Amino acid sequence: MKPEKTVVIDYKTGNLNSVCKSLQAAGADLIVTTEPEGLRNASRIVLPGVGHFASTERLLSSGIGDALRRRVADGIPFLGICVGLQWLFAGSTEAPDTPGLGIFPEICERFPSGIKSPHVGWNSLEVAGHSRLLDGLPASSYVYFTHSYRAGRVNATTAVTNYGGEFSSVIEKDNWMAVQFHPEKSGAVGLKILENFMRVSTC
Amino acid sequence: MLTRRIIACLDVNAGRVVKGVQFVDLIDAGDPAALAVRHAAGGADEIVFLDITATHEKRALLLDAVRRAAEQIFIPLTVGGGIRSLDDALLVFDAGADKVSVNSAALARPELITEIGLRFGEQAVVVAIDGRRNLGSPETAQVYASGGRKATGLGVIEWAKQAEARGAGEILLTSMDSDGMRSGFDCELTAAVSAAVQIPVIASGGAGNVGHFADVFTRGCADAALAASIFHFGISDARTLKQELAAFGLPMRLPC
Repeated sequence: MKPEKTVVIDYKTGNLNSVCKSLQAAGADLIVTTEPEGLRNASRIVLPGVGHFASTERLLSSGIGDALRRRVADGIPFLGICVGLQWLFAGSTEAPDTPGLGIFPEICERFPSGIKSPHVGWNSLEVAGHSRLLDGLPASSYVYFTHSYRAGRVNATTAVTNYGGEFSSVIEKDNWMAVQFHPEKSGAVGLKILENFMRVSTC
Repeated sequence: MLTRRIIACLDVNAGRVVKGVQFVDLIDAGDPAALAVRHAAGGADEIVFLDITATHEKRALLLDAVRRAAEQIFIPLTVGGGIRSLDDALLVFDAGADKVSVNSAALARPELITEIGLRFGEQAVVVAIDGRRNLGSPETAQVYASGGRKATGLGVIEWAKQAEARGAGEILLTSMDSDGMRSGFDCELTAAVSAAVQIPVIASGGAGNVGHFADVFTRGCADAALAASIFHFGISDARTLKQELAAFGLPMRLPC
């Protein structure tokens, strides 16, 4: 049997330390890549996200986006984190000239004025559909957020969070899975979510 | 619902945790990484290491503590103190910090806030402000640099707004009037800063009991509060503190 490798995409923004450590704690055998070729032997793929939507530009220009579509169509589970969730949408008003991957046609927008932004801290997940990522977690579990832009609720939304209205905090469509919060910073709840991702069937 | 945060703060000198009263009188109280793990297990929502090491040569000891802590905790870790440049910040992020807190260096060169934000995201930049108002109104509070030793002539509220405009992700506001007194946070100053900016404000300085935390979250409109000495000598852990605050009706991350 081929050894299972989880590939973390490094698009040169923020730091990957926390994501890598927590995935390892969840049992992942990791490879970090900056190139589309790096996805070839992946059993699972993780796109961390800290920073500006414009920094995702490299993902499409380098061919990572196309490679990723092929791999996920082949049945490889994908997990996007924070900007990694937003990138699955058509775009974000944070960087109107940078298209997203477009798995979902909507556009991410900034929190409305009148509430503090970024939304920083621990907020609860309200289950909105059958979720593999949240399997075994109590209702309204708390996770750590830090972001100024968010995606509205879509058909694939499996959990929402309330802050200046409802937004998508977990999205799962086939093997496209994404979370707006930081599981790597969300204590035991976050580790459980990563473990659940590591258990999603790869065939 | 977004909870209010209880942040455990450890003052670190030459790689060891110390307890500060009015920035002097330091007592050694242990290994930062071990204490960080203890606080995370005790229900703290975040951990802050504040490095007060005077000599640059001993920074390696802090970085080692950050590295060891980051390997063992899965909640946000902020590191502040002595971050003078983007390179200093880089070392701290490389060691595993999620956010850096900048103070004097940002006062000397506010561009530093923007530079770190561009590289690591605005959420990763906490601007720490040490303010003192004596008996004046919050609007008269002045910013102090260099660990509270140097008056800058800059207003606290003015500097908080400027830091936000430069791309700060959060403000960590320490009241020098209250710090170490255990007589409560400066709620008026915290409320004034919180109203002046759209980014979260972390209150620091003066906690002596649970009621002080309830006050700063309600009257002070703080998004988070820093707790230091209240934990070190077994008064309470974050979980106990949060349970009591939840009983006041404040949203807290529980169970934790």
